[in-house]
Amino acid sequence: MRHLHLTILFIYFAFSISAQDEDLLSLLGASPDETDYTIASFKTTRIINLHSIENVAGGVLDVKISHRFGLINGGISELFGIDQATIRIGVDYGLSDRFMIGFGRSSFEKTYDGFLKFKIFRQSTGKNEIPITASLLASTTIKTTPFQNPDRENLFSSRLYYTYQILLGRKFSENLSFQLSPTLVHRNLVKTRSENNNVLALGLGTRIKLNKRTSFNVEYVYALPDQLAPGFRNSLSLGFDIETGGHVFQLHFSNSTSMIEKGFVAETTGNWGDGDIHFGFNISRVFTLKDN
Amino acid sequence: MKSVLFILILIASHNLQAQKYFTRTGNIVFSSHAPMEEIEAVNNKATSIFDVQTGAIEWAVLIKAFEFKKALMQTHFNENYMESSKMPKATFKGKIENISTLNLEKDGDYQVNVSGKLTIHGVTREVQTTATFTVKDKQVSAVSELRVLVADYKIEIPKLVRDNIAKEVQINIIAQYEVLS
Repeated sequence: MRHLHLTILFIYFAFSISAQDEDLLSLLGASPDETDYTIASFKTTRIINLHSIENVAGGVLDVKISHRFGLINGGISELFGIDQATIRIGVDYGLSDRFMIGFGRSSFEKTYDGFLKFKIFRQSTGKNEIPITASLLASTTIKTTPFQNPDRENLFSSRLYYTYQILLGRKFSENLSFQLSPTLVHRNLVKTRSENNNVLALGLGTRIKLNKRTSFNVEYVYALPDQLAPGFRNSLSLGFDIETGGHVFQLHFSNSTSMIEKGFVAETTGNWGDGDIHFGFNISRVFTLKDN
Repeated sequence: MKSVLFILILIASHNLQAQKYFTRTGNIVFSSHAPMEEIEAVNNKATSIFDVQTGAIEWAVLIKAFEFKKALMQTHFNENYMESSKMPKATFKGKIENISTLNLEKDGDYQVNVSGKLTIHGVTREVQTTATFTVKDKQVSAVSELRVLVADYKIEIPKLVRDNIAKEVQINIIAQYEVLS
């Protein structure tokens, strides 16, 4: 009997000692499963010209000042295009974390643009697993340069352009994000019969993070066959995002002059091969107007 | 008969020894006071457990659960500073040195010394602090605070924002413990 007691005692202490070593927190079991939304797929709400799947958060105002300089093949006399610049000044505002609006004015073709962007669903892991983020973008543009043919009856609606876009994006890893943007641009009035009123295109964009605050971005807008009249080309842009606290600087090269959808999707004429390349930048500065 | 009694006593004493308290709603406030900017973030989902007998205490804090007033700060906190997708949790594993002074049966405030290993951003360091346990109507709560040098945990602050982020941040901890049954 005494032996049995000793054995039990021994087992008991052995167990106690092993119990000392174990992870106390593991006693609580797995923590409750929560949905973990993927953040920061892109540094800002634009990849370069294209909208990214990012939104500004609710109550946040994002002031964007963007320039596209002249053509690099202008040579040294034009300081590689720096002598001339077109500008877009715009503001984006988050009505909620998933719904944002924005307005802008471009010097190129004296255009006003406004857009709505809504996140339908967000990439997430955990309880709710969704592989991609999907957003809708609708934008309207008013071109205010004088009509080409002032003698005929010109309607205000002829100044209007519309763009509809579905943004589908995924952050594959900390360093790689990719996005597809099926796009429809509608133009109420086009210059020549050979141009379509509707242009269908597919935007592709990617971000490769180089370090915590710098990334390399590429975007390409592929116009589907027979969408663009001869002389118009697909838009290709590449550049870097540099983030410094509340600012994001985007420096890039592009064959598009315009910074709004109807322009860079449907009216790009520059040819990379000929050096029709614009240097440009977007500067984004955010102001938190309403706290979280 | 004697054996049965013996085993019963052992089981009872084991249960007594196993008395543990826990919380899943620990409140952690992290604040940085820099010349240019005051930053504060709140986390209400910290998990903690302590063993009344041994004084062992542990914490696990999900970095992504810190909420900032400014959304962009929260993004930067996760993405640039804490790298929470790589290192999702901060943990503390330590000991309440003078656990024997803590009488959970009697209302009152109890000052204790806590020391152990704090892991933030994948870096583990020894830390020491004091905590106050309060027992009231069998409810056990604890408050504590820590000061942490950001550089100790290999969290880089770029020169450009060094007036916006303090080199030393303060961490305030409040926990309402429940008995683990």
